[in-house]
Amino acid sequence: MPTPASESSLIHARGLTKRFGSFTAVDAIDFDVAPGEAFGFLGPNGAGKTSTMRMIGCTSPVTGGTLSVLGMDPNHDGARIRSRLGVVPQQDTLDNELTVRENLIIYGRYFGLARDECRRRADELLEFVQLSDRGTDLVEPLSGGMKRRLTIARSLINEPELMLLDEPTTGLDPQARHLLWDRLYRLKQRGVTLVLTTHYMDEAEQLCDRLVVMDKAKIVAEGSPLQLIARYSTREVAEFRFAPGVQEKLDGSFNGLADRIEWLPDRVLLYAYDGEQVVAASRERGIVPETVLVRRSTLEDVFLRLTGRSLID
Amino acid sequence: MVRVLEHRILQYRRTYRASIFGSFVSPVLFLTAMGLGLGGYVSGSSTQTFEGATYLQFLAPGLLGAALMQTAAGESMFPILGGLQWNRIYHAMYATPIRPRDIALGNIVWIAIRLMLVGTVFAFVTLAFGAVRSPLVVLAVPAAVLTGLAFATPIVAFAATQRRPDVFSTIFRFGITPLFLLSGTFFPIETLPTWLQPLAWLSPLWHGVSLCRSLMLGTIGDDPLLALIHVFVLAAIAIAGTLAAFRTFDRRLVGG
Repeated sequence: MPTPASESSLIHARGLTKRFGSFTAVDAIDFDVAPGEAFGFLGPNGAGKTSTMRMIGCTSPVTGGTLSVLGMDPNHDGARIRSRLGVVPQQDTLDNELTVRENLIIYGRYFGLARDECRRRADELLEFVQLSDRGTDLVEPLSGGMKRRLTIARSLINEPELMLLDEPTTGLDPQARHLLWDRLYRLKQRGVTLVLTTHYMDEAEQLCDRLVVMDKAKIVAEGSPLQLIARYSTREVAEFRFAPGVQEKLDGSFNGLADRIEWLPDRVLLYAYDGEQVVAASRERGIVPETVLVRRSTLEDVFLRLTGRSLID
Repeated sequence: MVRVLEHRILQYRRTYRASIFGSFVSPVLFLTAMGLGLGGYVSGSSTQTFEGATYLQFLAPGLLGAALMQTAAGESMFPILGGLQWNRIYHAMYATPIRPRDIALGNIVWIAIRLMLVGTVFAFVTLAFGAVRSPLVVLAVPAAVLTGLAFATPIVAFAATQRRPDVFSTIFRFGITPLFLLSGTFFPIETLPTWLQPLAWLSPLWHGVSLCRSLMLGTIGDDPLLALIHVFVLAAIAIAGTLAAFRTFDRRLVGG
């Protein structure tokens, strides 16, 4: 597992813990984020991702363990760390009473930038997120995707070294998501370190060099998307669906065909290196599915294996 | 703090015309109806004067203090809750080097500026009605601003603990309106039943109104100690309210 040396880490956490009263939101987690890396926190709702992000963003005090961000201690240098971060919160926090451009300018002022400099950067950033023609419009009528892009532009006004993105594309349509990913990828190419949370597996595969899966306040796995798939899933998955009533009578007939078999109410998943071979072998055993689908394993398979299929509210 | 203030001014630029026009309307209406209408009626029916002045002159400082109390209360509720709960811009501010107390103080200073504007407009209207007796009216405006702040700061502190606006109408109904009616705005508190009079001492608005009145009627020299007590009470509440707002903003932004 390629864990970078802690001296060069942009973020270094050991035993990091967050408690709210008797509730433990983050339970003694360890991780390191290297400069220039895109690092993801994956996990179901309530796994502790946002609490972790808020501790890194120095807006929520650490309850236990050690955390250093940009080589500083959030408990003592919160304001200094925040001045070098770009934060994209889960919910948009734009000022609807101001125009698109004014939102950027006033935000730059919060970082102590001169007005001229704020204006110059605002125009550059509007260009970058493709909102130049909306600069003088109010924020309210913008689409969800545009608001997100504006939020990202706003978080870049202080030219941060480290960006914290909490579910950056939740609720957006596919076009808007792809545009956002493209912009984030460009930032990464410029050397900006990205830390993001998501529960979209495709987002994690697209953006993250390395990620951790969180479940119930703990880190349950760590690695690159490919490493995680290799470790917790197989190369391919064969999905069998049957006519009503057939699946129940199949008990045991798949035995030995795959590395792992998962029985779901509506289908059977066979995890194996070669999916087509599994299909052929099952046919020889006289198993007749209604439909069969062979696909590559994804992070979603890893995620569901690690965090379970039961619904978490 | 200065940046937060700059933000509020930027927001205000969009609405200031309507807002300043609005602050003319209310005193004109009140002074016409209560001062000229009701005042003419009461003075016509008796030879009684109000602390040596006409009813209009007596009423104007009361309305000034009360108007700034109401403006202060309004500015301290929904805009604060909005920044914390609805558009959450205070959370965005807190992601920068700005501290929660900077956000609280910036908003309180902004409210003070708003009150100064409304109070100045009010003073000009009063002047136009010929209801000003003393040049000390220039001090009556800051006195009324202080009165407003004695309401604004505790309400800002309280608003930062709320997640919904449900209690705000209750504050108006059971707090602001009774004080508006019973704090010597429209009549001297000596007219109230004797058992009620000591309660007026508890009303920050009574302190404010009494202070404004002594300035606008030029009677402050009669009892300078009382005026000092008024200033002290109002300033003490405003400072305590500001410190409370620092605490509640800290808790809200750091805690959740």
